[in-house]
Amino acid sequence: MKELSLNILDIAQNSVTARSTLIRIDLEETNETLRITVSDNGCGMSKEMVENVTSPFTTSRTTRKVGLGIPLFMMAAEQTGGNLTITSKSEKDYPDDHGTVTSALFYKNHLDFTPLGDIINTIVTLIQGMGEIDLIFTHKSDTLDVLLDTREIRETLGGDIPLSVPDVLVWITEFLKEKYNIS
Amino acid sequence: MKSLAELSAIRDKMKDKVSLREGSNETRIVVGMATCGIAAGARPVLNAFVEAVAKEGLSDTVTVLQTGCIGICQYEPVVEVYKAGEEKVTYVHMSEDKVQKVIEQHIKGGKPVAEYTMK
Ligand SMILES: Nc1ncnc2c1ncn2[C@@H]1O[C@H](COP(=O)(O)OP(=O)(O)O)[C@@H](O)[C@H]1O
Ligand SMILES: [Mg+2]
Repeated sequence: MKELSLNILDIAQNSVTARSTLIRIDLEETNETLRITVSDNGCGMSKEMVENVTSPFTTSRTTRKVGLGIPLFMMAAEQTGGNLTITSKSEKDYPDDHGTVTSALFYKNHLDFTPLGDIINTIVTLIQGMGEIDLIFTHKSDTLDVLLDTREIRETLGGDIPLSVPDVLVWITEFLKEKYNIS
Repeated sequence: MKSLAELSAIRDKMKDKVSLREGSNETRIVVGMATCGIAAGARPVLNAFVEAVAKEGLSDTVTVLQTGCIGICQYEPVVEVYKAGEEKVTYVHMSEDKVQKVIEQHIKGGKPVAEYTMK
């Protein structure tokens, strides 16, 4: 992918597919590193499944064919000297406390670091397509402290206006641009 | 400063629009947003459709939706258009700059853009 924000969109779609009701996307930056964490309360994965999705090219694979979203994100992290970890609790084993945390560490000064790109666009695209699901988004660095919580937005909008209404998406875009000091 | 008060204003403006809640489905524009689609450039295509529908004031009858893998990854970005009572039209290798023509000619004018469909 050309931008890490596209990987983030793709990884967050996994959380949508996993029937989550709340998704978190957290970005934390230091001078040298960027950590991207996507967490959800969806159906989760078994231990075996987690091993499988993070090693798509191993010949020992026995379960059904899986996609390329996680491997691509993992590659983007590893090629900077970073890594990707997934911890997951499946709904079957943890009926009251299930979900998945996918976290990737990037070294920003590495030659093969992919730029973050248009993260605002990713957040707004995700909100456009996620229906009733809620999203918490944070981005923290020395100079940034961005927080968006769609639960607050829904509360203000009242019960029956979906977040996918164009006016609302424009408001969210403008809100985030302000937080990023983009005019 | 963007304020929640502005959101309240949006709420008040929208309050009476029944169509929002009912989710009018006369026309559905469905964009493939799986890994293959996103990698091929589906995000700007989706956003161009969302913006065009809003700008042209089509929100009452046209819904823009996201879906997973449509199964023809080599043709991504793929966009399917469903109009009530008509056969589905599949646009392939979509890009931002093709969106306006689809909106004008097909969504508004009722004539699919043949050159953007699968050969
Ligand atoms: N957040 C998640 N919750 C539950 N299952 C997940 C999650 N993320 C990934 N998976 C599982 O891992 C598989 C592989 O994910 P991915 O590499 O993104 O490919 P794809 O989404 O195309 O299948 C998914 O099909 C899904 O079964
Ligand atoms: Mg995926």
